[in-house]
Amino acid sequence: MSVAIEFDPIRLPPEAEALRVEVRAFLKEEMAAGTFDPQAGRKGNDDFSRKVGAKGWIGITWPKKYGGQERSFLERYVINEEFLFARAPTRKHFTADRQSGPVLLKYASEEIKQDILPRITRGEVSFCIGMSEPDSGSDLFAAKTKAERTDDGWLINGRKLWTSLAHESDYMIGLFRTSAPTQENRRHGLSQFLVDLKTPGISTRPVLHPTGNHEFNEVIFDDVLLPHDNLLGEADMAWKQATSELAYERSGSERFLETSQVLFELVDFIGENPDVREAEGLGRLVAQLHTLRRMSISVAGMLHAGKEPVLEASVVKDLGTVWEQALPSVARDLSAFVDRDPGNRMRFEEILAHNITIAPKLTIQGGTTEVLRGIVARGLGLR
Amino acid sequence: MDDAQSLVSDAASRIFRDLGDPQTINNAVDDSWRAPLWSALEEAGLTTAWVADELGGAGAGIGAGFAVLRVAGEFAAPLPLAETLLAGWLLGMADIVLPGGAMSVAPTRRGDTLTLGADGKLSGTARAVSFAAEVGHLAVLAQGGGGAVVALVEVVDCHCRDGRNIAGEVQNVVDFSGVTPVQWAALPDGIDVGTLLLMGAAARSMQMAGALQTVLEIAVRYAEERVAFGKPIGKFQAVQHNLARLGEEAAAAIAIANSTAYTIEHMDGWDGNGVFLDVASAKIRVGEAAGQGGAIGHQAFGAIGFTQEHILHRFVQRLWAWRDDFDSEAVWAVELGRRVAAKGGEGLWHSLTAA
Repeated sequence: MSVAIEFDPIRLPPEAEALRVEVRAFLKEEMAAGTFDPQAGRKGNDDFSRKVGAKGWIGITWPKKYGGQERSFLERYVINEEFLFARAPTRKHFTADRQSGPVLLKYASEEIKQDILPRITRGEVSFCIGMSEPDSGSDLFAAKTKAERTDDGWLINGRKLWTSLAHESDYMIGLFRTSAPTQENRRHGLSQFLVDLKTPGISTRPVLHPTGNHEFNEVIFDDVLLPHDNLLGEADMAWKQATSELAYERSGSERFLETSQVLFELVDFIGENPDVREAEGLGRLVAQLHTLRRMSISVAGMLHAGKEPVLEASVVKDLGTVWEQALPSVARDLSAFVDRDPGNRMRFEEILAHNITIAPKLTIQGGTTEVLRGIVARGLGLR
Repeated sequence: MDDAQSLVSDAASRIFRDLGDPQTINNAVDDSWRAPLWSALEEAGLTTAWVADELGGAGAGIGAGFAVLRVAGEFAAPLPLAETLLAGWLLGMADIVLPGGAMSVAPTRRGDTLTLGADGKLSGTARAVSFAAEVGHLAVLAQGGGGAVVALVEVVDCHCRDGRNIAGEVQNVVDFSGVTPVQWAALPDGIDVGTLLLMGAAARSMQMAGALQTVLEIAVRYAEERVAFGKPIGKFQAVQHNLARLGEEAAAAIAIANSTAYTIEHMDGWDGNGVFLDVASAKIRVGEAAGQGGAIGHQAFGAIGFTQEHILHRFVQRLWAWRDDFDSEAVWAVELGRRVAAKGGEGLWHSLTAA
């Protein structure tokens, strides 16, 4: 048997391409109406998320009874990549749509599903992911924040750190320790919970990026009481549940398009008559991006077919994030001799500067390079 | 791969396992392995997969031909299999019946222009024609008075300058001056040297993807078996991460090569931008993977892999030679980059999503 990791050629179906036309028209209208400014970054925008919800484009793959459209994962793919290219302000609904909603769909009680999922699809509520802690980043299974079962509910104590967007989220899907790891399985003993961030005893504190940007937070849990019903899935078994989430989290376009504005701006900045060096640089970047997109769509096809392509998703994320991380520096080199309108240069350099400073986080968030290569090595049979 | 392609792929694998094992060929003191292997491939119709039955081919189809090329890459096949497939495909475009036997094609580089004069004689020189001096015929894409033509040429009529690629395979500069083709015919509108380079680059990309797959396989197997510092070297994280990178490069190469073959198999014509984007991306990205992947493969094997007796060089040297055929990554990148620049940033996004 071959150890090679295969990505079958998948093409987006006609219904997905038809949707692309609709999405582009919508984005054009919203930009023209001033709902958002593509240059403002992917900030939260309540109004925008509600409009996207009204279109039926949040939770589009979910069952209709929870507000979804029961459309395909490949259609979701198109919406996601068009929003990323347009730099649409999806921050409010992005995490809930990609990952938290599907977790609830799979593991939450009927009551919670009926309460929360339709609100996600309307673009009304936002989610964050409470995994990392001061002593537990890549090593997720070292998490210490405790959830103790009491008669009144689950009592949570501890703190989460580097939690993206906790300060503007309504809910968190948190990973808490419900019992000690066992001798045989150090991953045992963690459970997933739905946390309403307005619950008494929760406080958040900003932890700024080196750019001064507020995305990270510390979230402190001080005798926080969660209803029994908020345990998602089986107690102590989060390690099994979390695995299927990873394929969704790691294979999407956001794993290689995060800094792509630099490439599209670079093309315009260089202009219609590149010299040989510029042309070669652009050609290589486009070839690499096209290959990543083909691979990412192939994984979307696997998800669509009901598979759990965790290994393939890890390959996409490692190749994709390394690529998008290098992109600003490559573009910086390629743009060195472009010297036309100084106004253009200033604009391009602002975009470059922003992306150069955010680049280091890309190979950390959602699974570090080192963790991903460990998964790939295991897939090759080496671990 | 559909069932028919799997069947062809399995047949090719069986023949190479039996008659074209890389270690056996590497150990061989002469090339007595060559004739039986080539005959078996010919008898199975694998050398003419891209030629219709009525023109003397096996009529197996585009996808099947690419499946054969991947297997040929997996075995680092040191034979003009890809070249014969390509020559047959080109002759078939002009409805020329196969002459039989091994063939190659020209030109293989942008800028090499061959001409068919009013006197019925060819002129011009083609660089880097693989296996030219070892095959019977060449399928030559030339510019005739009324447009592009395919000329079938006997190698004995041409002047082949001695040369080899870095894998030691025959690769000649061929001078066609004064050569009268055995036969020639016009190509359909829209088929020109650019088309031949696209098909050739797609073929080489698939061979490279296959070779990378084998480099990955033998490197992983070796890392599991070779013990150093008291444990298999594959247990060391540094080695694991290198091999993971090799696995990812091989995955990217296989993905884009397969995707390109799929595009060529299903497209309506050669004039679309989609096929150019796929082929250029494949030749560039697979070429890059070949560069990095070959180096990681050697690193995993250490000194053992850097010897004549080990098979690793058969794969790595071909990977590095094939990068140059039908134009290198750099040449394709310049061409792709110019097209991208002409369309602007938003045009780029539209091209990517339309492909």
